[in-house]
Amino acid sequence: MTMRRLFPIFGLLTAVLLSYALYEALVAAPTEQTMGNVQRIFYYHVPSAWTAFLLFFINFVCSIQYLVRSNPVADKVTNWTVIAIAIAACVAAFVIHPLPQGMEPSSVATTGLAIAGLYFLIKKYFSRERVDALAVVSAEVGVVFCTVVLVTGPLWARPVWGIWWTWDVRLTSTLVLWLIYISYLMLRRFSTSGQTPVLAAALAVFGALDVPLVYFSIWIFRTQHPQPVIGGGGSIDPRMLQVLLINWLAFLCFAGLVCWSRYRLEILRRELEETQALEALLEPRSPR
Amino acid sequence: MSKTSAIPSGVTGATLAKDLRLEWRSKDAINSMLFFSLLVVVVFSFSFDPNAEESRQIAGGLVWVAFLFAAVVALNQTWARELRNQVLDAYRVSPAPANSLFLAKALGNFIFVAVLEILMTPLFIMFYKLRALGPAWQLLPIAALGTWALVVNGTFFAAMSLRTRSREIMLPLLLFPISIPALLAMVNATTAILTGELSAKFWIVLLSTYNVVFTIVCLLLFELVLNAE
Repeated sequence: MTMRRLFPIFGLLTAVLLSYALYEALVAAPTEQTMGNVQRIFYYHVPSAWTAFLLFFINFVCSIQYLVRSNPVADKVTNWTVIAIAIAACVAAFVIHPLPQGMEPSSVATTGLAIAGLYFLIKKYFSRERVDALAVVSAEVGVVFCTVVLVTGPLWARPVWGIWWTWDVRLTSTLVLWLIYISYLMLRRFSTSGQTPVLAAALAVFGALDVPLVYFSIWIFRTQHPQPVIGGGGSIDPRMLQVLLINWLAFLCFAGLVCWSRYRLEILRRELEETQALEALLEPRSPR
Repeated sequence: MSKTSAIPSGVTGATLAKDLRLEWRSKDAINSMLFFSLLVVVVFSFSFDPNAEESRQIAGGLVWVAFLFAAVVALNQTWARELRNQVLDAYRVSPAPANSLFLAKALGNFIFVAVLEILMTPLFIMFYKLRALGPAWQLLPIAALGTWALVVNGTFFAAMSLRTRSREIMLPLLLFPISIPALLAMVNATTAILTGELSAKFWIVLLSTYNVVFTIVCLLLFELVLNAE
């Protein structure tokens, strides 16, 4: 089991990276001119947000795969749809002029390819049952990171904007995303069905379609949130960007570590359940 | 794949007629919905006692929240009725298309909630001294689209929460987060028409998009959910 030996090494690496990122964020990064030290919360807020969105996206991919894999036709249709999305993103990135504000051709093309890459990676390395385990894990860890985002956001907004909360497009869609995934976890918890994964996957599909609608519905109100710093309209000091990226790497490793151990736990739990069910079947019936 | 066709068949009509007849004889859902939304109207009107101008601002939100909560009452009864005598199990093994059943249930709920809205609207107008400053006829498509938005997902999630512990609580927990964009659109469209300051067009388009997207998803996924035992 090389994986088992890799785990502590990865853990150690993450710990070192996290402490280095902490030092960089609190000490090494330059202090922001107008906001002062409050701005440093940004190095936790933004990486957590990116990690949470990535995890929710993994959950969506897993849910889709769980639903379509039982049906070969649907599976094939989905494969080609994903390939079509990747190609469309690459073509659109260089054909449409100008792209909507805050989008760059390279980032659009990369996103399209990354989506397809992630989809087929998960498809290759996870069987249908394991895909469901991955869906549970990514939803749980995603909710944790999303909670961090929702807590650090108001902490920053209070001194800078003067208010804790506003119904801005990013804030609202993140909150709705969080609510949807809480209900996803509750459904998993309360379900008595033997096919909980099907129900949960269906809900995840609803959630994934809902978030863009929320986003567009609030889009027409003016947005107060700072523009995205990468591939967006915002600008950032190169040194700050470096610290941000180090922090993101550290957070990603941390999320990966948590997901990994939680995934192993989930697999073990399922194996135990199966064994117990099997034993109950094999056991000779006790005379009444 | 023979069971996934989205075309309404005779099954839809028969189930719908059965549900309507049951409701006509028992009046369980409509009575509890009516009483519930009547309470909401009275309690809020009493505690706020708004003047005509304030009413225009808040009535859109109040009306839809009252209808949303009342709709949950009807939605919860949709499938519970079919559990008695294993009707749902019989349906599952029959060759009838799953989507026909779904459409019948969604249409039935649409009719129940629409009847409730028709009965409650005069009361709302009376208690909140409402008079629309914008084009009032637009409230009709908004009400129709909004009601469908609530019942189509509600019917689906009610089928989902059948397989959970404390299912009556589970339905709103699943339905409300997903319904946020639809609710936002209904409330804003209604307020826009009541105050007459803004156009409701954007919200009607959004509501229509929401309905199209989620009706398709419901029809695609319902068979899986019905058969998930």
